[in-house]
Amino acid sequence: MIAALSTLLLCQLIGEIIARGLNLPVPGPVLGMLLLFVALVVRGGPGDDLQSTGQGLLQHLSLLFVPAGTGIMVHLHRVADEWPALLASLLLSTLATLVVTALVMKLCQRQPAGEAR
Amino acid sequence: MTPPLNELWVYLSTSPLLGLTLTLLAYQFAFWLYRRSGMNPLANPVLIAITLLVSLLLVSGTSYQTYFDGAQFVHFLLGPATVALAIPLYTQMRRVRALLWPVVVGLLAGSLTAALSAVAIARLFGASLPSQLSLAPKSVTTPIAMGIAERIGGIPSLTAVLVIATGILGAVGGRWVFDRMRVSDPAIRGFAIGVASHGIGTARAFQVSEQSGAFAALAMGLNGALTALLVPVLVGWL
Repeated sequence: MIAALSTLLLCQLIGEIIARGLNLPVPGPVLGMLLLFVALVVRGGPGDDLQSTGQGLLQHLSLLFVPAGTGIMVHLHRVADEWPALLASLLLSTLATLVVTALVMKLCQRQPAGEAR
Repeated sequence: MTPPLNELWVYLSTSPLLGLTLTLLAYQFAFWLYRRSGMNPLANPVLIAITLLVSLLLVSGTSYQTYFDGAQFVHFLLGPATVALAIPLYTQMRRVRALLWPVVVGLLAGSLTAALSAVAIARLFGASLPSQLSLAPKSVTTPIAMGIAERIGGIPSLTAVLVIATGILGAVGGRWVFDRMRVSDPAIRGFAIGVASHGIGTARAFQVSEQSGAFAALAMGLNGALTALLVPVLVGWL
């Protein structure tokens, strides 16, 4: 578990150094994810240790959003003033994104092979 | 209040222990409720935990900063967890390769829809400019979205909240939308929810299936990178 955690943190650290060093708009952890992905392809898969540690972290991914989300208490005023616009934007835009992405993928998937219907 | 109790409160309110413990307890309780409801998406554990914590902090008169001093240890794990998303991605690589074309086109369409429609609708309903800009990266995972908001003149902490609300909306409504559209492929369902609702959607997708989760993770990573590149350019045209 320690080795796996070190691997994850090391990837994040390298990602962070690259992002900041080259002034890239992409955040460090995302570059870290790409790095780890490349490492997995090269090594031919995660070992048991990395597999189980990663699974443990991802199983409760939702928990990790709680501290940032609680930050809404700082913005209660703005939210109280502008809630109709914020709510409309969140609701309609999220719905539109779900529909557009799924629809486009469904259409693309059908065309190239020209399978039955 | 007797002096010892008062002293105890002074200690607890300045130590990170309380914020950290409360976060874990609130989440466990919320997750327990979610399970008891038969995993009903409306009983979203993130939403319940946040509601509990905000009420508790407001009632006890504790500032968010004090709370976050403790909760930051949980918040920090978002970084390594983002890196760890490479693992399910690797496991599903073969499936991703087979769906390469739909993935690329779906990502472009979804990413643009997410950012442009959020700003346009907020503008239509008369939101202030900082709020509009804070909404632009709403479909992207929190650390990336906050970075984008800062760059384009939004309010990073408001963005964090909007991002989480978007995640919860997608996690709650995704199944309903996809069933109505008759989209049954777990890869497409996962990818679409990952584009629209980043990590919270991904967390939800993992609860449904490993395949859905892997595609959601892929979508979240790609959309994070693409939005970070696109939104600052698009905002220049506003």
